[in-house]
Amino acid sequence: MVCAVEFRSRDIISIKDFTRQEIDYILETAKAMEPLAKSGSDMLRGKLLATLFFEPSTRTMLSFESAMHRLGGSAIGFSEPGVSSVKKGENLADTVRVVESYADILVLRHPLEGAARLAAEFASVPIINAGSGAEEHPTQALLDLYTMVKEKDAIDGLNVALVGDLRYGRTVHSLSYALSNYKVRLFLISPESLRMRREVLETVKGKMKVVEKTALEEVISELDVLYVTRIQKERFPDPAEYAKVKGVYKIDLNLLKDAKKDLIILHPLPRVDEIAPEVDTTPHARYFQQVWNGIVTRMALLALILEATE
Amino acid sequence: MPKKTLYVAKIRNGTVIDHITAGHAMDVAKILGIAGRTNGGIVTIAMNVASKKLGKKDMVKIEGRELNPDEVDKIALLAPHASINIIRNYEVIEKKEVKLPRVLKGIIKCANPACISNSDEPVQPKFYVESEEPLSVKCHYCGYIMEKQDILKQF
Repeated sequence: MVCAVEFRSRDIISIKDFTRQEIDYILETAKAMEPLAKSGSDMLRGKLLATLFFEPSTRTMLSFESAMHRLGGSAIGFSEPGVSSVKKGENLADTVRVVESYADILVLRHPLEGAARLAAEFASVPIINAGSGAEEHPTQALLDLYTMVKEKDAIDGLNVALVGDLRYGRTVHSLSYALSNYKVRLFLISPESLRMRREVLETVKGKMKVVEKTALEEVISELDVLYVTRIQKERFPDPAEYAKVKGVYKIDLNLLKDAKKDLIILHPLPRVDEIAPEVDTTPHARYFQQVWNGIVTRMALLALILEATE
Repeated sequence: MPKKTLYVAKIRNGTVIDHITAGHAMDVAKILGIAGRTNGGIVTIAMNVASKKLGKKDMVKIEGRELNPDEVDKIALLAPHASINIIRNYEVIEKKEVKLPRVLKGIIKCANPACISNSDEPVQPKFYVESEEPLSVKCHYCGYIMEKQDILKQF
């Protein structure tokens, strides 16, 4: 049986490092955080979180800071590597060994894959991976699972489709690993050039039913969860390749006429044009609720790692 | 009974790499930096030699050179059945089978250009051997999976 002590001072590097029981425990803790998120708490008074964001980001950083403040803790950090010592040529190993003296926990976003694992090898305080290049984004996967449980009661038995950029999208990598702990049918919908990464496919294929497709229309009527991602211009080495696949999936009312009534649509945000604004007011749209769920999920992680829950 | 033919001449001092998977002698030579354009000792390469153990095998004989452990690990990546014979004064003084370690540190680089281990950090690249044949190794840092062809390009 999983208990809180297992999470004390633990790094969150990859969702693969967690068992189903541990993930379920985090999701239950997130549920318990809902009232505290509204009322506020002193649970982490005196604790300090540092956000080290080497890639431009606002929402993930704000989400972590909001979670920390709601638990009575404080947050410091940077989101612009251009003004930090990195610009002067400092490597990540040195940066984390300096910043760990300032805080009790570090939240890291970095453009390179494997950055969080490397940082954890050098830091003596816990590291949370808030996005490591195109590799992983484990806390996003946890909040995505929390949203599914909240909206659908259970994850087992769901038909889930991940749509868009499955090659460079770190959220869909982490979410695929996370879902492979459950009895789900996973549809991977992408253009040929943006197929799911081999290392992810090889890991999840033996654990759950996986179907790769290009046409979303072919499976829309079977889905319980439609997870849409932006095709990320910034991750394409070749702009011509981006131009070929830009706007290839468009979720609109016409597509959704064949969908189940209780289909939910999720998106890690920001979106560009992959979900039409007309969808926002339908009961399917749950992407703005995900933002709130991100706060309670991150509150749960901070409380568990910083030993504030029993 | 027909007399056995010795395909290549014996060496006096050096190393004989035997039981190389057929077709990989040139790769082994490449790993060892043997390009034939330096003033090193005699190198003889035999390919597709009949072998009881492997059916067919390749061999590389290098005069005047003994291999270091990193070189032996590199050979194990491409020729997991190879044996290394150290020769002194025409006699085999040491014979060892190559053995691919479960974890490879420092001898190869990650082929993923976006991997943190390829940037200016004070770490050695590290890989876990997922499968020896066909070769498949996984990067400790980014999880990228490399095969024989990806590794050969590095030498």
